[in-house]
Amino acid sequence: MGRDRTQVNVLTATDAGLIGCTRCGKVWTRDHSYCERCGAKLRKVDTHGLQAVWAWWLAGLIFYIPANLYPMLRTATLGAEQKNTIVGGAIELWRHHNYGVALIIFVASVMIPIGKFIAVAYLALAVGNEKRRGGHPHLRLFEVVEFIGRWSMIDVFVVAILSALVQLGFVASIHPGPAAASFALSVAFTMLSAQSFDPRLIWRGPERVI
Amino acid sequence: MSFQSAPLELDPAQLMACPQCDALHQAQHLPDGKRARCRRCGTVLISPRERSFLHVIALSFTGMILMIGAIFFPFLEISARGLHHESSIFGVAMAFSEGWLAPLAFAVLSMIVALPIFRFVALIYTLWPLANGRPAWPHAATMFRLAEESQPWAMAEIFIIGTAVALVKLAGLAKVSLGPAFWAFCALIIVIALKDSFVSKWTIWDAIERK
Repeated sequence: MGRDRTQVNVLTATDAGLIGCTRCGKVWTRDHSYCERCGAKLRKVDTHGLQAVWAWWLAGLIFYIPANLYPMLRTATLGAEQKNTIVGGAIELWRHHNYGVALIIFVASVMIPIGKFIAVAYLALAVGNEKRRGGHPHLRLFEVVEFIGRWSMIDVFVVAILSALVQLGFVASIHPGPAAASFALSVAFTMLSAQSFDPRLIWRGPERVI
Repeated sequence: MSFQSAPLELDPAQLMACPQCDALHQAQHLPDGKRARCRRCGTVLISPRERSFLHVIALSFTGMILMIGAIFFPFLEISARGLHHESSIFGVAMAFSEGWLAPLAFAVLSMIVALPIFRFVALIYTLWPLANGRPAWPHAATMFRLAEESQPWAMAEIFIIGTAVALVKLAGLAKVSLGPAFWAFCALIIVIALKDSFVSKWTIWDAIERK
């Protein structure tokens, strides 16, 4: 893309003794605590924000466990009831030769959430390590995590659509299971965890003494 | 220090900090169609497009009309062994309304209907006076900020992929017919994507500020 990726020596707002708004980009002097243009809270570039990242991360992880243990769907067909967990549902689709959809469900509900837990933890830990400068690979990773995280919600919507639609009395009926709620919460918490992460920390090298 | 000291003498009012990496830039108006990227991390900072405010307003109105259609028309209908059942978008959210899953019904309704509508309204409220060359209405900054903050939670496009997955799951078991609301929703996500491509945040913030 023609940009010099490594050797750009850049003055940051923090270096200049200013504080930049992460919502609208406006720059203020240090004595402001809210952005006067957009009203967002101004955040200094420091590691205090990482506590929120870890708190949401842990909450997301905790809710991810029941999301996988309890059934997502209860299907009743002609008197027989069947309960499906997230992974169970994907396996069943695979057995019915719906490989594409099985893969979508597996990627959206298993690989993306787990990948997100690992990626956010890695980013947060790398920031704590003052010797390392994350730079472009870390920013790319953060952008991917932010972009892709919300897509995990697919499974919750699938459950909602199936349970709303398949209400054919004795012939077939589908009801949501408790895992739907804990999975939705897990996805929401991991989204909040990623949003609490301040990407400006990726670029902060060892503390400068001016 | 290897930095030039020149930027320090600049007026903070003319500076912009990259939201992703904190690098300072001098903000300036660009010709339509040009893009300014952060010189350190490459994030697009300014990307004005010709008459973008009008386009965003028009697309937001289109989106709102499609969404209202999507709420009131039937969404999907299922039939098997002589039995029928149909559901609206509203019914889909209400699938969780029994028992203690009820808060989830509220969340789903927010994500697929309420937040997309709010974002349309907020954008129209913000841009309507600006497109006409008038000062921004009161609280326009708050409205636009809330629209930006709620963006990750408005999940219309994810919902439509979820619908596709649900349709494939049901394919062998029952006959499913697609209602007008389904098509309205498909059109809606195209409108949302188009609208987002016309939004240049910095240009809008700058216009709000100038009053």
